Amino acid sequence: MAESIRPGKLDATDFLQIDELLSGEERLMRNTVAQFVTDKVLPNVGDWFDEGFFPRDLVKEMGDMGLLGMHLTGYGCAGTSAVAYGLACTELEAGDSGVRSFVSVQGSLAMYPIWAFGSEEQKQRWLPGMAAGETIGCFGLTEPDSGSDPGSMRTTARRDGDDWVLKGTKMWITNGSIADVAIIWATTDNGVRGFIVPTDTPGFTANTIHKKMSLRISITSELVLDDVRVPSDAILPNVSGLKGPLSCLNEARFGILFGAVGAARACYEAALDYAKERIQFDRPIGSFQLTQRKLVEMMIGVNNGMLLALHLGRKRDEGTLAAEHVSYGKLVNVRMALETAREARGVLGANGITLEYPVIRHMNNLESVYTYEGTNEIHTLVLGQAITGLSAFS
Amino acid sequence: MNIAVCVKQIPDPATPYELDAENHWVIRPNDQVLDDTDRVGVEVGLQLAEATEGTVTLFSMSPSGSLQGIRQALAMGADKAVLIDDESLKGSDALTTARILSAAVKREGYDLVITGTESTDGFTGVVPQMMSEILDVPCLSFARNVEAGDGTVTIERQTTTGYETVTSALPAVLAVTAGAEEPRYPTFKGIMQAKSKPVDTTTAAELGVDPVSSQTITAVDPVAARAAGDVVEDDGEAYLKIVELLEQVKVI
Repeated sequence: MAESIRPGKLDATDFLQIDELLSGEERLMRNTVAQFVTDKVLPNVGDWFDEGFFPRDLVKEMGDMGLLGMHLTGYGCAGTSAVAYGLACTELEAGDSGVRSFVSVQGSLAMYPIWAFGSEEQKQRWLPGMAAGETIGCFGLTEPDSGSDPGSMRTTARRDGDDWVLKGTKMWITNGSIADVAIIWATTDNGVRGFIVPTDTPGFTANTIHKKMSLRISITSELVLDDVRVPSDAILPNVSGLKGPLSCLNEARFGILFGAVGAARACYEAALDYAKERIQFDRPIGSFQLTQRKLVEMMIGVNNGMLLALHLGRKRDEGTLAAEHVSYGKLVNVRMALETAREARGVLGANGITLEYPVIRHMNNLESVYTYEGTNEIHTLVLGQAITGLSAFS
Repeated sequence: MNIAVCVKQIPDPATPYELDAENHWVIRPNDQVLDDTDRVGVEVGLQLAEATEGTVTLFSMSPSGSLQGIRQALAMGADKAVLIDDESLKGSDALTTARILSAAVKREGYDLVITGTESTDGFTGVVPQMMSEILDVPCLSFARNVEAGDGTVTIERQTTTGYETVTSALPAVLAVTAGAEEPRYPTFKGIMQAKSKPVDTTTAAELGVDPVSSQTITAVDPVAARAAGDVVEDDGEAYLKIVELLEQVKVI
């Protein structure tokens, strides 16, 4: 046995000293993204959210750093570990879920399918520019009437000579109106297939969705494919069926289960600072038992969330992570983040509803994160099936 | 051009510093970071190296054996590092630091030594000037807009009234201001490559420097809490009181 257990001097955020579980290289990558967020995102993010402005200038800068498709190898991608990618998502989402969403879509939803299922020619043509942030990608799976049940999609691709002709509508597409290239999933005579579609192809229209109250610094669009004709080499040759898009979603959800911890951490830290400064009844409100309980629950949520994320990240790097693990992480950590944001909002009182503090912004963003990339309900049923062997879907 | 950039690894400024009770030295955790000021020095060095097809060698005195901050600078693009990793240098004063760093850059060879103006943990602000004296080369302090070429270096030196343009022959010591350049972020590829870049370690004895510090810190006191300000009630004549106060502090 080691020495006896004594009280320690513990950090209010990294209470469990999870930092010690990271390598020097992982910490340096994490710190680099944190610095970038502090320098380039936090000073203006409240205004961007207010104005519904996407900071496009950041894209090239993120490309220069190697943030885009960072966990992929070759073709200009940095080739980091999955844990490093996750930690980057944590820091980006501590800035804003919209920034992390951009990176998730670019790297995991647009670059990943080309990297995993594309031909050598497709990889060489698209990936270096996307890694550099010169080419923006989006991912078209969801449709107006096809969300949790993507198998019900109506978008079709039919052969016409050597070409493919795509017809249908995609909805809630992050980056849609600013994308140079879209990965479109469509049904064919041989099941669901993926297509790489340059957005300047005739018949392709992207309509920005306005009046969002969440993810306001992220562009969300409707894509209309009106007989979009693409050549035969636009199809992703190495995957067919829903496992194509679903494997992309698992990549993105992996980033989200780390990212949500960042949003939760930012809300917790804002609430903690506020509770120590805000005086009522001649005392900081942080001295009241009710407030302390809230702060402690938030702190526990953030620390447990980070431990869970790191555990799943290590499994990803070992090659032992299952899709059900990703559902577990996405479900638990986003739920935790949303609860943390709401609790923090309460601690801040009226100040909690203004963009002077990050809390309401994160809270509204997390409402989207809670349902996108697999709703809480769907991930629950994935886990339900995993432990009972009984599917709730069929 | 052969550029030497002196860098310091410091405890993360985001966490409160702790001093050891005996010597009042900053307790240095294993996980130190690159001093923010030195990020600027590295940036200036990298820009000059890119313009002159030169190399950037980092020099750092790090008695704790920490490498995290050095890796950060290597990840930004520096070519290699010389680390003076020597327990006997713990608590060194500014003069010892200057002697050690001077001996190291002299041994490796240099055209230009770049430093920050002052570190963000010790704030002595005298190491660059001491190094220029020891190396017997000119010192260009408070520098921004650095340009080098043809055996000379030209800077703008920040003064209380503006900027002076200063040109010096090389070799020289150059101390950059915190805002001289916006430092680049390390790239992820750079971070992964940093661990395979050469880091030579050496000691005070190998450099022929006797690590004797003549400075001892006898006491450390916390900064006094700022007193509450005076409130002047305006009874129609408050301006007189304000003018009097401004005269007292010699503003008018």
